[in-house]
Amino acid sequence: MDSQVTATVTQEDEMRATHPPFMKHHFATLSQQRETASMGMWVFLMTEIMFFGGLFCAYLIFRNWYLPAFSAGSNALSVVFGTTMTAILILSSFTMAMAVYSAQMRRKRPLVAFMFITLILGLVFLTIKGVEWHGEYVEHHVPGMDFSIQAFVHPTNPKAVPLAPDMAEKSQLFFSLYFLMTGMHALHMIIGISVLCFLLWKATKNAYTEGHVMPIENFGLYWHFVDIIWIFLFPLLYLISRYR
Amino acid sequence: MTEKINPEYQEEIHVVKPSLYGAILIILLILTALTAGISFIDLGVFNAVIALAIACLKASLVILFFMHMHYSSRLLKMTLGAGLFAFGLLVTLTLSDYVTRAWGRW
Repeated sequence: MDSQVTATVTQEDEMRATHPPFMKHHFATLSQQRETASMGMWVFLMTEIMFFGGLFCAYLIFRNWYLPAFSAGSNALSVVFGTTMTAILILSSFTMAMAVYSAQMRRKRPLVAFMFITLILGLVFLTIKGVEWHGEYVEHHVPGMDFSIQAFVHPTNPKAVPLAPDMAEKSQLFFSLYFLMTGMHALHMIIGISVLCFLLWKATKNAYTEGHVMPIENFGLYWHFVDIIWIFLFPLLYLISRYR
Repeated sequence: MTEKINPEYQEEIHVVKPSLYGAILIILLILTALTAGISFIDLGVFNAVIALAIACLKASLVILFFMHMHYSSRLLKMTLGAGLFAFGLLVTLTLSDYVTRAWGRW
């Protein structure tokens, strides 16, 4: 080969090899940048645990005090809807993990496809949630909006235990917590879906299939976390004393 | 799971096999059906215990494998631990407040 063309790697080439365009200057290595971003996202998720934790703690105390009212309220929710929503979110977590895999493997079409399916599943979840909420409104289970305890004091289901009026009033606590917790969760879903739309658009422009997987990974962390919150919400809200 | 060196950028990234993701998906769906099914059986106070236990198991699977915690550094594992500790503190101290003031409820 031509010995005039130097075989040594220039400093510039080395820089380009270990300092890709998406690497920021205050990091020593790309691995450090990735680890730092990951840790940042995890710390944020820990704050989210505290955020939802307060609501879970309130649920814990009130359920303990007013179990019959919470039972009655929980039985007014649809297990079919709840289980379906859980399955949808778990599936969306799977497709999000596959999107991360596709980005790592630098395959743009699977990446975009998986992100799109995740988006659709998220929207389906929110739609079912909306249908549920409307159902609760129609049945007078929204605290502050024409709430009625009639269904709990005089239940139509022969197997249901009728509640005394003062205990039946406590079912408002259950529904308050239900709307607050699922509402907060839905808000997180909406934020996630918005960010996902943006990432999806950038993914179609090859932003994440050239080694820069970090944003997809970190968004994946957020999405899985929202799924985990729902995994806990489902049994606590929908499955209280279902055997009655 | 396969370790993979990113040849361009001399970076090591762990790539988890899709088959593992698929297996975890199936397990999670089975556990969901289990949770729903068991709730229709009267086990007294253990209904809540089992439901929460299964939920914790599902969350662990998601955290370890979908969120790659199994393949992450100790720093990230400690971060998660710190968050869970803080949540534990929240619940413990709040409950100890309520439990030590009976007000006729506890």
